[in-house]
Formats: sequence, structure tokens, C-alpha cells
Amino acid sequence: MYVVVAGGGKVGANSTRTLLEMGHEVTMIEQRSDRFAILEEEFGPVVMRGDATEISVLERAGIARPPELLLAVTGDDEDNLVISQIGKEGYGVPKAIARVNDPRNQTHFALLGITQTVCATTNILGLVEHEVPEHGLVRLLELQREGLDIVEVQIEGGSPAVGTRVAGLRLPEGSRLISVFRHGRTELVEPGTVMRPGDQVLAVVTDDAAPALRKTLLGAAKG
Amino acid sequence: MKAVVIGCGRVGSGVAKGLAAGGWDVTAVDEDEDALIRLGPVWKGGFVVGHGMDSRVLERAGVADANAAVVSTDGDNTNIVIGQVLQKRYEIPCVVVRILDPARADFYARRGMRTVCPTETAISVLLETVLEAAPVPHEAA
Repeated sequence: MYVVVAGGGKVGANSTRTLLEMGHEVTMIEQRSDRFAILEEEFGPVVMRGDATEISVLERAGIARPPELLLAVTGDDEDNLVISQIGKEGYGVPKAIARVNDPRNQTHFALLGITQTVCATTNILGLVEHEVPEHGLVRLLELQREGLDIVEVQIEGGSPAVGTRVAGLRLPEGSRLISVFRHGRTELVEPGTVMRPGDQVLAVVTDDAAPALRKTLLGAAKG
Repeated sequence: MKAVVIGCGRVGSGVAKGLAAGGWDVTAVDEDEDALIRLGPVWKGGFVVGHGMDSRVLERAGVADANAAVVSTDGDNTNIVIGQVLQKRYEIPCVVVRILDPARADFYARRGMRTVCPTETAISVLLETVLEAAPVPHEAA
């Protein structure tokens, strides 16, 4: 397939190298002359110099073909957003993946229709959460377009949900319990399922309902 | 009527002062607190220090109930993103975005954004001025 990579930093250069090894056709765009010179030594005509947020530059990179995939991976979130929008809305690029440098900008990407994003900080924080089970809800998967998270919750002895049938739990609107992992086995949650200490519960929850779900299953938030 | 001006440089501060003189309740936003000086010694409007990409900064500036917004930071792409956030999330009825690059200004204008491109304006004014001033016989309008 044909791929346009906007941004030739560590993310862009490594993605380009891997895509080329996989046999794909790639054009990488880098604005800075110092970086371009280094990239050109390795990548030759695959790398092009220019500002990837300029429409004429994107056109020279073949955005009008259009590429099957556009990677907007510069170090600037506004640039990545604009590159993705021009590609998708202006040239019908079927798939654009944007890098989010500052996780606080994540909501802007979703709002502007760029749903496929990668954020290193959020990924690392997700791993940290997974290593610290006291943290409450561990986010396993974020479904951005749907506005849903798949989360894991460890039920503790003092949890208000212990001993209660799921049908009797006052689960907040926008949340469903999926399964319970106990004694090495996973069971799907039924209305009659009773929560026990040590249960690892999978749930699907909207962003808004997450704090209320945490409270229902674990009690008042710690720290 | 309430207006928010994001980016208080030469252009933004001028627009803010103009709106205030016209009776608008104006709040200006700029990353640099020294930008307040551009609003003059008797600025009675609001001023918030912070980046326009930060929703908390926008909310402190009162975007939730603003009637109009002007986005004029020195970055085209920053303006394009903030403009859409103000339009889509905060549903400000009139959002005007400054975009220096004519191609991008045209691209977003065709997608329903109210864009102003000072580059295009400068080109046409300069052309017009030269053509009028040039010592060639010219039919005045």
C-alpha cells in the first residue's frame, strides 16, 4: 500500500523504516533541514522536505492518489490535526492515524473527527495504572469513537458491592458489567452473579459514568 | 454582547479594542502576560493568560456564553484547531479565524469556517494601490 508519513522524528523515521521493510511504498515529509539531511542519507528519495501542513507539499507527496494510510506524527498536535483533516476531508484518505503529543489535547482530536490516535504518555500511564491495582478502574481499552472504555476493577473485601447480586447493585447509567474472573476462571456476569472479594470484574463504561462506577464497586475514591 | 479574542498580538489587541469601543464585553487571551500592555492603559475588559488549546483557559475567558470569537494567534494551525473547538464544543455562533496561508484559508472556508486571510488582503490591496498609482493611463472607477 501507499503511505504518507508526515514528520520525520523518531516516530516517523522508525515507522517509515518498518513500512519499507514490509514492502510498502512510503513518502515521508520533514520540515527541518538538519533532520532532512540525516534522513535523506538513509532514506534517499523516500523523504521529502517541506511543511506537511501546506496543501501544496501534501500534493507533491501524492496525497491526491490518495494513500491508503496517512500518519500524522509530527511533534505538534495542531499540525497533526490539520494534516489529518486535510488528508481525510480534502483528499478522501481512508485512514489517518495521528500522534497526540500532549494528552490534554486528546479531546480536540475526537471533536475534530480524528478518532485514530496514538499517545505515548497515555499508553505509559495506562501501564502504570495496571501495575498499581489500588488505583481503582484500570483502563484496558479505549473505544474513542464510541466514547467507551473497557475497564478492569479488583473487588476488595471492604467493597460495598461484596455479597450483593448484580441485579441489586445501583450501577450508574452508561455502565455494564461484562465478566468476573475468579478462581482462575472467567464467568459472564448475569443478574444473579454475586460479587466476592478478589473478583476481577470487566466492565464497559462511558467516560462520564466511570467515577460513579468506581464508587458503586469500590466505595469512595482513595486519595 | 460578549466576545472572546484568542491571541492578543497586534491584530488581536486591535480587534479587542475595536470591539470594546463598540460596546462589546471583551475578554482577550494570550500566553504572554505582557500582551495586556497592547490593550492600552484603560482596558476595562477581561484578560486571561494561557494557551488557547487549553479548555480551562477558554472557559475562564467565558467562551461558554460568548456571542463571538476572533482567533488570531501567530500560528495558522493553532488558529484552525481552536476555531473548530470554539465552534463545535462551545457552539459560539460567530467564530472568525485568521489564517495567513491562502491555501489553508480557502480549504477551511469551503468547509464552513469564517476565515480571514491577511495575505490575500495584502496582495489585493497592494496590487490595487500600485495599479492606481502607476503612471499608466487608467480608467478610474
